Amino acid sequence: MRAFALVMLIVAWLTAPAVGHAAAPAADVERALADLAGDDAERREAAVSVIGTTGDPKWLAFLGALREGSVYARKKGGQLELLVAGAKSTQGDKDVVEIKTAYDGAPLGTVPVADLIEVAADRRLRIAIKPFLDADETRGQLASPDPNVRRGAAVKLGNHADAAAAPVVEAALAKETDPWVRHALGEALALIRLAHGDASTRLAAAATLGGLHSLSALPALKRLEADTAASAAEREAATAAIKRIERWALLTTTLETAFQGASLASILLLMALGLAIVFGLMGVINMAHGELMALGAYTTFVVQNWFRAAWPQAFDAYFLVALPLSFLVAGTAGLVLERGVIRYLYGRPLETLLLTWGASLIIQQGLRLWFGAANVDVSSPAWLSGGVPVMVGLTLPYNRVFIIGLATASVAAMYWLLFRSAAGLRIRAVTQNRSMSACLGVRASLVDATTFALGAGLAGLAGCALTQIGNVGPSLGQNYIVDSFMVVVTGGVGKLAGTILAAAGIGGLNKGIEPALGAVFAKVAILVAVILFLQRRPAGLFATRGRNAEA
Amino acid sequence: MLRPERLVLVVTAFVLVVGLPLGNMLPPSSPLHVSNFTLNLFGKFLTYAILALGLDLLWGYAGVLSLGHGVFFGLGAYAMGMHLMLEIGAKSVYQSALPDFMVWNQVKELPLFWRPFYSASFTLVAIVVVPALCALVFGFLAFRSRIRGVYLSIITQALAMSAWLVFNRNEMNLGGTNGLADFKTVFGVPLNQPSTQRMLYVVTAVVLIAAWVLCRWITASRAGKVLVAIRDSETRVLFSGYSPADYKLFVFVVSAVLAGVAGALYVPQVGIITPAKIGVLPSIEMVVWVAAGGRGTLVGAITGAIGVNWIQSWLTTSYPDLWLLFLGALFMGVVLFFPDGVVGAVQRLASVGRRLRPSAAAATSTGHPRGEPASPTPLQQ
Repeated sequence: MRAFALVMLIVAWLTAPAVGHAAAPAADVERALADLAGDDAERREAAVSVIGTTGDPKWLAFLGALREGSVYARKKGGQLELLVAGAKSTQGDKDVVEIKTAYDGAPLGTVPVADLIEVAADRRLRIAIKPFLDADETRGQLASPDPNVRRGAAVKLGNHADAAAAPVVEAALAKETDPWVRHALGEALALIRLAHGDASTRLAAAATLGGLHSLSALPALKRLEADTAASAAEREAATAAIKRIERWALLTTTLETAFQGASLASILLLMALGLAIVFGLMGVINMAHGELMALGAYTTFVVQNWFRAAWPQAFDAYFLVALPLSFLVAGTAGLVLERGVIRYLYGRPLETLLLTWGASLIIQQGLRLWFGAANVDVSSPAWLSGGVPVMVGLTLPYNRVFIIGLATASVAAMYWLLFRSAAGLRIRAVTQNRSMSACLGVRASLVDATTFALGAGLAGLAGCALTQIGNVGPSLGQNYIVDSFMVVVTGGVGKLAGTILAAAGIGGLNKGIEPALGAVFAKVAILVAVILFLQRRPAGLFATRGRNAEA
Repeated sequence: MLRPERLVLVVTAFVLVVGLPLGNMLPPSSPLHVSNFTLNLFGKFLTYAILALGLDLLWGYAGVLSLGHGVFFGLGAYAMGMHLMLEIGAKSVYQSALPDFMVWNQVKELPLFWRPFYSASFTLVAIVVVPALCALVFGFLAFRSRIRGVYLSIITQALAMSAWLVFNRNEMNLGGTNGLADFKTVFGVPLNQPSTQRMLYVVTAVVLIAAWVLCRWITASRAGKVLVAIRDSETRVLFSGYSPADYKLFVFVVSAVLAGVAGALYVPQVGIITPAKIGVLPSIEMVVWVAAGGRGTLVGAITGAIGVNWIQSWLTTSYPDLWLLFLGALFMGVVLFFPDGVVGAVQRLASVGRRLRPSAAAATSTGHPRGEPASPTPLQQ
């Protein structure tokens, strides 16, 4: 039955008329409507095909209404007339409903519900209707102004590979200017020809698919390669195309893994940056860093809701507001934490570790009580969803590209701040020798407070960025925090370059071995690697050289 | 003559070890009756106390803050749990000789590493040896390369994280997220009888006392002095010709064994062990028991383990939302205001009291307890 519907659908494709058809339904449609009001399941299904095959948008709308269960029938001169129901209401003690004609939806007034007979669409009928609606949708999509939508429709056509769709694809290909959509249409056309063409067409199609590096053609090509009925030339062409595609696929997966590694490294770097600066300066591992990230993420959530409620037309701009705001919120929280408690514990790193862990529990539970334990929904602005297609089979998502950019910008800003500004000079001085700097007039406690706030602010920024790629919940910080500690420990104290290199190393290694070992054992392998690495360099990649025996 | 705080200690210990099981044997109508539930709860607390003793030895005396002791606890607990699982035999829901979760996971044959756990004596050895070996390898690598302070804490935390991830995997054949549960007997004795639970409680209490004696012996020995010296200035100890790494490795292994034994005693009393007990959060919670009780004093570790868990079992039933807030506040409060914990605070109070009564002070000033650190909160510099 499905196959029959499909064939009908294809016919619908070819005979799709222009809008503005004759008002009076043709005789076969009249008959189909009568069948539809009847009880015979077979005849009703055939009726759907007849109506769907007209390809008339108005009849398709009628089928949509039938699928949703808002089609009724009423007796009119010994015959049943089909109607589409509109809004229901109560008049006096009767339920009434607005009715419209089946074909063009012209209003027919209001009648009591009791006078109508429901024309129900059971599961079988709904399944029969769906291909017609889908085909209509695909046709609409092929004409869409958005190239991504057109591309999606082309890919769908290629996957179905219906012989009858070929002229449609050809027509679309002739009009198309966007190179990615052209590629997808070409792929679809070649797939259709490979499936339905004669020997010479298939030969050409196989070569074309090889040239297009079409990954989705692999199953079809493999079938052709194994098909004993096909000629030797065809099978050779298939083999050549498969080889070409697989070589290309290897290239794209390698590049994709590298990109994912870079993306993970950027996330780790964003998180570890603030952590590393504070660790270098004060010898304090801030266990609440993850929760400061969660604060940043929830700030983004609040800003998003505020924009949605107060300024929906500028919704896409919310992220630009959320970014600095989450920096500020987390930075303020960090400042409060430092001034409130941490400053009483200088020189006692283990106590500080426990203290900040306590603070992290309080922040985490506070977020849970305030926003609820469930994850909240942060939607990406339009300019961060989707991706940039770089080559066939490789699309880089905008949000990941954005995070790599943000990490790069943060590192550049941090570099400038530490090595090119007066404040950075003071930070470096206190990092190297606290008491000596204090003697020379650097206000060490002020440097501590501002640096801690800066580190916390960076955590907030990381949290804001994380909303674009992961879930936002009260335990957001816990997922990444151990990894970022490892980055700091591996990178060594107080060296920006160490942190960057460690983030790149751990991120890259993680994504590199993940395909082979799986996510869990990749993490375990990283731990082992870090411990073994620390055998060689106990103080991290770039240890501060000095004569201090404690170092 | 016993000083008052010592007297309190001895009385409390007596009540815990002898009083509770005796009270449990009294008829329910008696005012001194201890319910099965309470006894079981305290049995759990005592296993935590054993673990806390080891952690205190490591942190309070040697100054090594491990945030991964849940792993060693879990190793002991899983060793015991595996034996108990196999003891169930065909009495399980699916009437298969395999543990139920393996039946769900379509495991047809008992994995090789499960087989030795049919033997009770092997299990008892494994409870000690497996955590000890893991601690030995991990500690050897860590201490040899002089990973210390915050670095060591972070590495042990990563260990807890990795172990948690691994134990959660179904492929490990350790029950995945659901862990091991539904035990029927322990060494042939049915677990659901009050007398068995009472016996387990007594065993736990005896092991706790033995562990305390062991720790007491270690801290009072020369090695104990070296440990305190390492905590206060590792470099000086190194330059005096000692090898801090060896001492730290020794105490790391001892504390891992205590944690493993605690885990093994925990399993039959609580009846379940899951990866949730060995992750990052439970591991760091163990540290706060020691901190709240008073690190560097063995009694403090026991007090903290029992006290904090008592509060936890009360808060999580009465005010579940408040528990994490309380735990966080406890972390911060202890670190800021009571760096030497409850025991330290009591000692300070007692010494203030003695100063106010000069005659009493003269009588006791010579009896300063041995084995306690000169300064409870040493500066790490």
